[in-house]
Amino acid sequence: MPVLNIYVTIFQTFPDKIPDTILTILLMLAGAVGITVLAALLALVGVYLERKISAHMQDRLGPMHVGWHGVVQTLADALKLLLKEDIVPAAADKKLHLLAPFIVFSATIAAFVVLPFSKTLVLSKLNVGIFYVVAISSFVVIGIILAGWASNNKWSLLGGMRSAAQIVSFEIPASLSILVVIMAVGSLNLGDIVEFQNGGILHWLIWKSFPFNLIAFIIFFTASLAELNRAPFDLPEAESEIIAGFHTEYSGMKWAIFFLAEYANMFLVAVIASTLFLGGWSSPFGNFLNYGIFSIFWLFVKSFSLIFIQMWLRWTLPRVRVDQLMYTSWKVLTPFAFLCMIGVGFYMIF
Amino acid sequence: MLVNFASVLIFILFSVLFVGFNFLLSRFIQPRNPTPLKVSTYECGEIAEGDSWIQFNIRFYVIALAFLIFDVEIVFLFPWAVVFKNLGVFSFIEMMVFVFMLLVGLAYVWAKGDLEWDKPKDVPAQETF
Amino acid sequence: MGFYDLIFWLFAFISVASAALMVFSKNVIYSAVGLLFAFFGVAGIYVLLAADFLAIVQIMIYVGGILVLLLFGVMLSHKIGGIQLETGTLNKIPAFIVAGGIFIIFFRVINKTVWPLRTTAKEFNPTVEKIGTLLMTDYLIPFEIVSVLLLIALIGAAYIARKERVQ
Repeated sequence: MPVLNIYVTIFQTFPDKIPDTILTILLMLAGAVGITVLAALLALVGVYLERKISAHMQDRLGPMHVGWHGVVQTLADALKLLLKEDIVPAAADKKLHLLAPFIVFSATIAAFVVLPFSKTLVLSKLNVGIFYVVAISSFVVIGIILAGWASNNKWSLLGGMRSAAQIVSFEIPASLSILVVIMAVGSLNLGDIVEFQNGGILHWLIWKSFPFNLIAFIIFFTASLAELNRAPFDLPEAESEIIAGFHTEYSGMKWAIFFLAEYANMFLVAVIASTLFLGGWSSPFGNFLNYGIFSIFWLFVKSFSLIFIQMWLRWTLPRVRVDQLMYTSWKVLTPFAFLCMIGVGFYMIF
Repeated sequence: MLVNFASVLIFILFSVLFVGFNFLLSRFIQPRNPTPLKVSTYECGEIAEGDSWIQFNIRFYVIALAFLIFDVEIVFLFPWAVVFKNLGVFSFIEMMVFVFMLLVGLAYVWAKGDLEWDKPKDVPAQETF
Repeated sequence: MGFYDLIFWLFAFISVASAALMVFSKNVIYSAVGLLFAFFGVAGIYVLLAADFLAIVQIMIYVGGILVLLLFGVMLSHKIGGIQLETGTLNKIPAFIVAGGIFIIFFRVINKTVWPLRTTAKEFNPTVEKIGTLLMTDYLIPFEIVSVLLLIALIGAAYIARKERVQ
């Protein structure tokens, strides 16, 4: 029953006073609180990083006043959003308008539950780990469509549909590129995938079956960028074209939840990419510093590097047109992903 | 195994409660002043007329359809990928037959132009007043 | 197993209540939301029956594929020329008679069948490897036929959509 070493210690401290199942549930709840808070904090840090990095790339300074070099800026923004009036348009469908942020946020955060932060620090050792993550991202699409519909605004509806069409088109190459990892490891469990890569930088799955896994990594990264609706694929949110897409008519805390979900999703993609291709929590130096708190450190180093690359791409590349977007997904990424899969198959047999 | 799914369920329930708590908190400390202008539909300053509906555009539907077919294919590819290491050449050939069928489908849809999204057309000069 | 039953009743309630919302709602989008939660409830029940892979497949295909397709179809066509399409019921008496007859038939069949009852199973094993192996060995022919079926579906639907587009 117990799934963490911490569980065992706590079980031994409270022997007979609280029944077993209640204790397990309380521990799961504590884990849930921890991960949600972590995701929210990561999103806040992400917003600050984005503003600072974009500022420096554009040769300006970014937030500087609130706290030392603007570190507390995002917290101030979050508090401000809490105090904003929640304007629901008169023509909108109130129930769906309220439901959509719930679906988008819960679906995005629900994928954090299978991420391994170290050898023992994983909230749920689901055997279908990575497949579950892929399935949960399809839940988000429904939330976006409902948000676009509920606002009863032509631009929200169009933005929501375009966003959904984009996410759905890029899910195919993203899922196909994950296949090469699973073929090498033989298990869907994220913990097993990281264990397979344990032992230094040369064991990482990005170098196996060269060059197919490298191409698969690039395909996964690009497809995930498009699934996040981030530039250069951010047509559904393009400010100059359809205002703000599906979240035009959302204000105050509801908008903040959408925003939080987007940045949490960004972190999720970075952590998944590091776990699948870059070795997750294992140290690049073999067994040196490969335990406990350092595992979390390595994971965050890899994820933050990928996040920096995501932000770099956003502020460097121009926006892609919608037909170029669809062309990229169906005619470039999908055939290459199939090619990688077949190539890895041949590699592993001969 | 059920314990792991229980973690997932508790996590989803907690995230719903988290969002609900935030909305409730905001509901208590926000001002409530709905004026007719504030709750009108936003259209960059123009006055919105008519209900919101968009022209029927079959491209969305075709993309979702193609996605569904390939999604089912991916569902079959995942268990195969898990056992691939242990099963050898024959399973690879079987799966290649499967994938080949669907690549034929992709090629057909591609060649017949069902994956096209409209390219922006150049407006000829005489159409301006 | 107290908690097992509790979770089962929770998911059963979610599934049935959402299905009721779907059937009785006048607004098509509310029905779609009901369908979403019905799928979610069924996925939960699959988990309780030790079919972990199938539960995730349910979410991925039904919610991520079919529901998206449904929503696109409904949203793109709910107002043709500015006039709202409605869902309502006509001819209630004949409908009741036919539905009641079918219900009686189903009820008798379900009562007369001998269901192999699983005890609340002690062996909750992961199923992905077994499904993979079986697909490649015992169920190979159905597997290849599925690929042909998918190909037919894709070509057929693309053809119909193309005719719409050309008009």
